[in-house]
Formats: sequence, C-alpha cells, structure tokens
Amino acid sequence: MNGLWDWDAAWAVLPELLLAFVQVTLIVTVLSTAIAAVLGLFIAILRMSVPKPIAAVITFIGDFIRMTPIVVQLLFAYWTFLTIEPLTIGIVVFGIHYSTYMAEVYRAGIDSVPKGQWEATTALSMSKRRAWTAVIVPQALRATVPALGNYAISMFKDTPFLLTIGVVEMVRAGLTFGGNNFRYMEAITLAGVIFLLASYPTSLLISRLEKRLAYNY
Amino acid sequence: MPTTTDPHAAAGDGTAAAVPAIRFENVEKRFGDNVVLKDLNFEVAKGDRVTLIGPSGSGKTTILRLVMTLESLSDGYIYIDGEPLTHELRDGKRVARSEKAQKQIRKRIGMVFQQFNLFPNMTVLENIIEAPVHVLGQSKAEATKRAMELLESVGLPGKANAHPLQLSGGQQQRVAIARALAMDPDILLLDEVTSALDPEIVGEVLGILRHIAETTDITMLIVTHEMQFARDVSNRVMMFDGGRVVEEATPDVMFTNPQHERTQAFLHAVLGSGDGHIGTH
Repeated sequence: MNGLWDWDAAWAVLPELLLAFVQVTLIVTVLSTAIAAVLGLFIAILRMSVPKPIAAVITFIGDFIRMTPIVVQLLFAYWTFLTIEPLTIGIVVFGIHYSTYMAEVYRAGIDSVPKGQWEATTALSMSKRRAWTAVIVPQALRATVPALGNYAISMFKDTPFLLTIGVVEMVRAGLTFGGNNFRYMEAITLAGVIFLLASYPTSLLISRLEKRLAYNY
Repeated sequence: MPTTTDPHAAAGDGTAAAVPAIRFENVEKRFGDNVVLKDLNFEVAKGDRVTLIGPSGSGKTTILRLVMTLESLSDGYIYIDGEPLTHELRDGKRVARSEKAQKQIRKRIGMVFQQFNLFPNMTVLENIIEAPVHVLGQSKAEATKRAMELLESVGLPGKANAHPLQLSGGQQQRVAIARALAMDPDILLLDEVTSALDPEIVGEVLGILRHIAETTDITMLIVTHEMQFARDVSNRVMMFDGGRVVEEATPDVMFTNPQHERTQAFLHAVLGSGDGHIGTH
C-alpha cells in the first residue's frame, strides 16, 4: 500500500483541492488583482499629480511594502486585525502588496506616452482629468497589460502563503488531507499540477492579448 | 511703467478693435542657463498672419509654445486680446494667473504641431469632437456635424472612422488641422506643420491652410521653412535671430529687399539663390 504514488489517494484528494481552488485561490486571485490594478493606477497617477515631497512619501511607502515579504505582511495584518476574516485580510493584503508593483508598471506605461500627447490635450484645453482618462491612461494601458497579467499570475502562485494565516487554500487543503490519510505526495503534486494548468493557458492568453494590442490601433 | 500693463483699461474703453490679438511684453525665456528669448516685445494684430522665420534655435517655436502655455514664461508678460495669459502685474508684482483663468484664454487658441499629435486611441472623428464636446460642451450630434464639414473641407470626408495611424502623414496633419479648427479658435498657431511630411504632400497641407487663411479671419502665427507659403499667406514676416526680432516687414519687402544682413544671409541660405529673392508665380 505504501508506494510512492497512490491513485486512490489522488482521486480522493482531487475534489477537495478543486473546491479549495475555486473557493479560495481563484477568488483571492481575481479580487486581489482587481484591487491591485485599480489601486496601482490610482497610486501611479497620484504620484505624478501631487507636489514632489508628497510624491516622495508615497514612493517610500510603496518601496517599504515591496521590500518586505508578503508573508510578514499577512501575519502582521492577521495579528493586528484579529476580528477580521483571514480570507478578507488575505485579499486586501495581496491587493495592496501587488498594487505597489503595478503602480511601477503603470508609471512606465504612462512615461511611454509621447509628450506630444500631453501637449495636444493642453492645446485643446482639455481638463487634466479628461486628459488622463481619455488620452493618457488608454494609451498607457496598452503597454502595461502584459506586465499586469504577469503580476496577476505571480500573485496566483503566491496564494499558498495564505496558509500561514489559516486560510484553507489549495495547499492547506492538501496538507490537511495528507495529515489525515498520511498521503502527502498526491496532494502536493496535484496542487502543483492545478497551478500549472491554470497559469500556463493564462500566460498564453496574455501574450496573445499583447500581440493584438500592439497592432490594433 | 507703461499703462498697457492694465489690459482692462484698454479693453473696456471702446478701443477693443485696436487691442492686439497677441502681445509680448519684455518676454524672457530661459532653459536653465540658456537664454532663448530675451526682452522680447512684439504685437500681432487681430486677423494678422505673421510668419516667424530664422535659423533653428532662434526661439521661433518657443514663442508659439509660450502662447499655447506649453512652456512657462521666465519673465515678462503675454497678452491675448489684451488679457494677461500666464502672469499679470498686480500691485506692482508679477504674479501667476490661476489655471482657470489661463484655461479660459487657452480655449481661444488652437495649435497644429509638427508631429500632428493626434490621439491614436481614438478614431479621426473622436479626435475632432473630443474637445468641442468635453471642453465647449457641444452636443455630440452638433460636434459630429461640424466635424464632418471640417473633414470635407480638408479633403478627407470618408475617413471619419479611420484610426490616425492608418492614415498617411499628410492625412494625419489634415485631421489635426480640422481638430484645431473644430474649437473655432481666434488664434491659430502653426508649428512647422509640414516639416515632418514628404515633399510631395507638403503642397496639399499648405493648400488647405492657404484656403483657411483666405476664408476666415483667424489670427495666425506661423513658424515655417516654406518661404513660398510664408509669402502667400502672411501679411507680416518677422526674422528672428538669437532670441530677438532682427527685422520685420511685409513678405514682399522681406523676400525681395531684406535690410538686415542676418536676414539676407538666412534667406540666401534657405532659398539657395544668389540674391535672396523668391519667384512670384
């Protein structure tokens, strides 16, 4: 019975893994990506619109968040906000953490919009707000979609860190099964395969999107 | 100080017709230590078509960019229809005007750029109606109707739904002209609008501008290397060198009998003929 691989155990753990995948991993990835994408854009624009000292403070906070491990941030938030659901904490922490990366991507995208575009918005007396929303951001996004997609995949693969704050995501579900049945190999392997099966097609999708965006003006 | 620094007195006493469309007063522009314009004074009357000529680096384009508020003034004042544009003299002090006040004036000024600067994420039509709808508050239908007329007048009636990058350079520049005109500007700034175009399509763009000059009373301030165009369209030519106006004359005088030796040398260089004349066609 104690071979390296047991198909019965594999079939037994699979539904539990898939359930955790849908209920936690996928939800965290989607919601945190949404938070990171919106907050990141907000940070990038804010940093370019406020006076230099305030921008420096925003940059410092961003650097601070990026330079500390996400596990530390998860645990810190978990022990600080004991009354909040761990899943909610996970979603918010992932969202904020990755928003600092995405802000950098947006900044590069915004910088890549030619200066003449800004000048045209001035020559047409467009408001700053309208210039951002109608001209600059749409052009900046084209350059940033691939990088943003890659960060989303990266976040997806970081979700097992949630087990440190007791969220039963896919790996935690696998470990629990392993502990109960003394079969870890199948659970961990299958979790890895599910990650691969989800992220590989997504990365292909992103590179296709990248190609389409490049020629579609 | 001259009383002309109080624009409201000039505008309010019934002599509005005499108020110049553009007036530079002691304008200075520096980029770091590099002084591009120094103590510059000149006026452009309403309806005037003034061409600025001179060697590159002489500050011509900077003048247009200052009027469009794309560059900030280092010192001095610019008045549009007698109203201070970016700075005003208040209680003996030079103070910056509010963004809101600047915007009100800016709305009356249009600019066409050397590099077109169309918005590539919008269609041709969207480019043209963007500002009329969102800045002037026109309805979409109204702005579209006008845009279609303008596209017709620049010879691109079928291109409303095309994207700018699907068009040739000459077509893009014609759209840019239509976009500027859609704002019904009192003042139109043309910054080397044919310099980025292939020689064989320069003519089509200049023809459209010539037509606009003939059929409207828009004040035009033009920077160009096309001396024939300068001669056809403008009623005044100003020769710049080293950030100063070295000579100012009607095109006929300027191109046939320039007085200043810098002008003579410049025209000789750009026209490539022995006597600095250009032919009349």
